[in-house]
Amino acid sequence: MSSEMVSEYTVVHEKAKSFYESYDRKEELPHQTHFCPGCGHGIVHKMLAQAIDELGIQDKTILVGPIGCSVFTYYYFDVGNVSAAHGRAPAVATAMKRSRPESIVIGYQGDGDLSAIGSAEILHAANRGEHITVIFVNNGIYSMTGGQAAPTTLLGQKSTTTPGGRSAATEGYPLHVSELLATLQAPVYIERVGLGDNKQIAQAKRAIKRAVENQVRGLGFSLVEVLSPCPTIWKMPPVEAQHWVNDVMEKTFPLAVLCDRTKEAVPRPLAAAGPALEDIPHLLGVHEEGLPEGNSAAIKRPAEDLDLRVRVAGFGGQGVLLLGEVLAEAGLDAGLEVSWLPSYGPEIRSGTSNCHVRLAGRPIDSPLVVEPNVLLAMNEPSLRKFYASVHPDGWILYNGETIPEECNRKDVHVLACQFSQVADELGDPRVANMVMLGALLEIAAVLPEASIDAALLRLVKNQRWVQLDERALARGRELYKEAEVSHACRG
Amino acid sequence: MMDEAKRDRGLLRIDTDECKGCGLCVEACPPKVIRLSDRLNHSGYRTAIYAGKGCSGCGICFMACPEPGAITVMRLTNRKSDVSTGLEGATQCAGN
Repeated sequence: MSSEMVSEYTVVHEKAKSFYESYDRKEELPHQTHFCPGCGHGIVHKMLAQAIDELGIQDKTILVGPIGCSVFTYYYFDVGNVSAAHGRAPAVATAMKRSRPESIVIGYQGDGDLSAIGSAEILHAANRGEHITVIFVNNGIYSMTGGQAAPTTLLGQKSTTTPGGRSAATEGYPLHVSELLATLQAPVYIERVGLGDNKQIAQAKRAIKRAVENQVRGLGFSLVEVLSPCPTIWKMPPVEAQHWVNDVMEKTFPLAVLCDRTKEAVPRPLAAAGPALEDIPHLLGVHEEGLPEGNSAAIKRPAEDLDLRVRVAGFGGQGVLLLGEVLAEAGLDAGLEVSWLPSYGPEIRSGTSNCHVRLAGRPIDSPLVVEPNVLLAMNEPSLRKFYASVHPDGWILYNGETIPEECNRKDVHVLACQFSQVADELGDPRVANMVMLGALLEIAAVLPEASIDAALLRLVKNQRWVQLDERALARGRELYKEAEVSHACRG
Repeated sequence: MMDEAKRDRGLLRIDTDECKGCGLCVEACPPKVIRLSDRLNHSGYRTAIYAGKGCSGCGICFMACPEPGAITVMRLTNRKSDVSTGLEGATQCAGN
């Protein structure tokens, strides 16, 4: 039999391999997307999947999905998927690219996500020239939530929040994100494309592939903005919506390459790997040499019912947080379950500051201390604020000579003392926190001294302060023993 | 086996389960060989259907379609062969 020329049909365009064959993560209709008929997202998804296929990067691509209609990228793309909080895709993508430089990290965002709540993230990711690719789908409106005005909504365009049409006087002008980003020095490639007709669609496909390819080549930050129809929210049939992109939207958002430095961009080396885990203590100035051995093995298992709930409160600068930290760190050293939760106002000094510390024998359910069994009130306002919350039979340690009459409780133990004065006599009023901690340790008597020493050495860098703190702790312990402790009247 | 001159350069396969009847492919198709069906599919859409002839295999409908796998485009290619194969399955698709 001799060979002959035969003609046959071979597939030239089919579903991209980077899509799942069946969208099994969807609960129903796993054979089709969740997008409305005629939605631009589906088209952009296809272009992106094709680009991933063509560049052969499916196995190393991580797609960072947004909040919005396209939140379900992980239903469809058979690549690594992460969902970011609203607008934060560029920040998440930054972290992923830096920690996995060999991965291709692509952010996919809508205009509500990127240009409103995420405007800071995209601006700074672009300004840093992160080696990521961002696909920015712009339909000029918040679609998923039902059609509220977005920063990109056109002047005169009606939405549920601009029922009379967007007015520059009240809602400002449409935000031109791509133009804005193109003024930065770092981005290598920014282009705006559309889905308004066949020609635009072909160009959009090229642009998306290019933006991904730039990352494969290691060139830097690329962004493609795609003007995309939303027939449902625009209240138009799909074909009319497509024409609207071309006829109306493009007038406000002209299609153009807004920035292209790919020719002169030099592939940048991958970011240096982070330091090895064992080097981190050294980098942070924590020197393990000379630290006492951990005591977790030495002490017997803590009582299961141990539940020390401490609230430390005072002014910022009084060492409130450090006090709590030393206590928690020492608890950790002693093999206890611990939590430390700082809570402070925007002011670093002179604002109010308090922290919640829990030391327990069992795993801790919540780090919040609502009803402390020990309150360390480093000043009067803190005492007034928290004295009523102390658990009956608990302790109040107050940095003052006497408890004000109206804060006096009969059902708790009180140690009132001029701790700051004592600290001043030791050498510095700032160690009042450690004097109070010393007294607390003596009262609670759950931590070995070696654990406190270990915690101090870990948290306090300056040797002079360590010594001063140790003297302050010792003094605090004495104070408790000496002081006239006003015991509670029980029952 | 058949008259080569009459065969179209392209061939379409449309998955009427996946199609949502948006009509973008109808609008996009240069030779206008796609239309929407008269009958509704089980989801209530008038889905795209291929006229059965005239496809140039350009693939524009594929890119215009928002569904990842609703449209598959094939193109006629020549190859050397000892036996003629592969035509039967492909030509059947023209019917949908």
